[in-house]
Amino acid sequence: MNLAYRDVRHNAGRFTFTTLGVGLLLMIVMGMGGIYRGLIYEATLLVDRVGADLWVVQGNTRGPFAEISRIPANLEDRVLAVPGVERARQFVSHTIQREHRGQPLRMVVQGLAWPDDKGEWVPIVAGRPLRQAHYEMIADQSLRLPLGEKIQLGKDVYEVVGQTRGLVGTSGDGLAFFTVSDAMAIQFDVPGEAVRLERAARRARVEAIDLGRLQPLLLDRAVGLASGIPAFAKPQVSAVLVSLQPGADESTVRATLANWPDITVYSTQEQKDLLLAGMVDKARRQLGLFRALLIVISTIIIALIIYTLTLDKIRDIALLKLIGARNTVIGGLILQQALLMGACGFGLAWWIGLYLFPYFPRLVLIEKADLVSLGLIVVVISTLASLLGIWKALRVEPNTVLAA
Amino acid sequence: MIAPATQAPAIEVTNLRKVYGRGHTEVVAIRDATLQVARGEIVGLLGPSGSGKSTLLTAMALINPPTSGLIVISGQSVMDGPRAMVDARAFRRQNIGFVFQKPNLIPFLTALENVQIALEINDTAPREARKHALELLDYLVVGPRAHNLPDALSGGEQQRVAIARALANDPSLILADEPTASLDSALGRQVMELFRKVAHERHAGVLVVTHDPRTLDVFDRILDVEDGAIRVRDKTATKPRNF
Repeated sequence: MNLAYRDVRHNAGRFTFTTLGVGLLLMIVMGMGGIYRGLIYEATLLVDRVGADLWVVQGNTRGPFAEISRIPANLEDRVLAVPGVERARQFVSHTIQREHRGQPLRMVVQGLAWPDDKGEWVPIVAGRPLRQAHYEMIADQSLRLPLGEKIQLGKDVYEVVGQTRGLVGTSGDGLAFFTVSDAMAIQFDVPGEAVRLERAARRARVEAIDLGRLQPLLLDRAVGLASGIPAFAKPQVSAVLVSLQPGADESTVRATLANWPDITVYSTQEQKDLLLAGMVDKARRQLGLFRALLIVISTIIIALIIYTLTLDKIRDIALLKLIGARNTVIGGLILQQALLMGACGFGLAWWIGLYLFPYFPRLVLIEKADLVSLGLIVVVISTLASLLGIWKALRVEPNTVLAA
Repeated sequence: MIAPATQAPAIEVTNLRKVYGRGHTEVVAIRDATLQVARGEIVGLLGPSGSGKSTLLTAMALINPPTSGLIVISGQSVMDGPRAMVDARAFRRQNIGFVFQKPNLIPFLTALENVQIALEINDTAPREARKHALELLDYLVVGPRAHNLPDALSGGEQQRVAIARALANDPSLILADEPTASLDSALGRQVMELFRKVAHERHAGVLVVTHDPRTLDVFDRILDVEDGAIRVRDKTATKPRNF
């Protein structure tokens, strides 16, 4: 006869509410793990999806995910000349925050190396890739920008022509794909007044030197477009993504590139490792500590609940001892209740999480391995939690029944 | 020489002494008590509050070791002074049944399960335990209430279930601690009649601690406890037997 089941059946209401509380607590523990997994998934999503073999970044930097990386856009042509390189693409990525329809809108502006890259590799769930060099964008659904929506960024208006689902940057903001030139235009957009002031300052600098006084035409050039002045470099990009030819030896290509003193080369895995070690590590430790704390709290709470339930039936336990029940029967009753509570709480946590986690602002990713490990943790903490109750039960004297 | 178990008394207590405290605080709860209850016999243990009845009962139940003296149950020495000569809990499980002032039924088990658990604790297979428990409940005329929880039973029914539980493992000795105290006189009478029936039909020795003077006629013998000492009450020794 299973005493634990019968006791639970008799106190079904109390057990249900208690288990609900335990379940909600375990759901938070589960959610913490899911948030951590989601962080890693989102952080590495772009690196995984972009499909590069090597990342060329500014010399002595850790790349655009760790710090500011600035390299000349024409580095792309130098890289293409290296034997074994099939494709090189400019990588431009930056986060902006704008106002749209009265709401703040944060997005990761991602440059596609038009015309080689029109975004065919992007997992589009609605619409199409880019078809023109300017004023089109592919937006993630998390940005809540429907197909055909037009949005002003800087001085230009961009139309949403394609949509992705679940493509977010390292900070969880939705990705928006533009051509590299549009991405740069958005990044380096400055107000007209700032442009006028810069041009006036330029003219003043030229007037102050002999060359300016001797060559009046230079003054006209100085107040013209910056792109029309050969001495000014083009806007820089964050990185150049390298795809190797089939069969090419990655280490050979890498060794060649590594000889260039102005750049640093990383493999995709190294970029991911840098990303995780830098951006995610502190969050991981924070979540890990919080999770450990919650597990300890859950253990204490389950222990106190089981202890209270044991106290409630202390006379019954004394009676069982008096009529000769073995300690295994009494210990089993308490242990089984703790395990039942843990198991039901775990199931409840999973079930509630299934419906609740999708509404969280950041991705909560529950993996099977995490579920199994949490299940094992629940078994361990339930067992530990039952020890206090078992200890109390085993100390009860059988004559407690007679004394009552 | 100890007689074979089947013929041996249900319990023999010899020179039992229980002392609490030491020196100035020493209290003698039982003074060299000697008693015997034969199988098939129902014996009443009477005495005022604080006379040592409950201490004697708990000593005989192997849950409160005496300071000195010998306890033999069904021919087997079980306590020699404070030293247990058997595994007390296992011995209780197999040889002693208990009935209390309150029925003390486990509230989350049905009447049937309350009896069945006593059998299963003694390693009876669940199906067999269930069958035997039902037979016992029928024997004590509470079979129709077998599937009710204790809350749904009257006081008398609960006490009958408690007696069924005490009988579950066919014990040689049943110890009852004021089993009629929480019942009205009619129910109390019924319960005492049941004890007498159990003693005689199931051949168990029944020792009942009671205050209730209305049911003294059911006992084969009455023992008075006063200041921890036992003496046999003469008038009941010659009481006419009604069965």
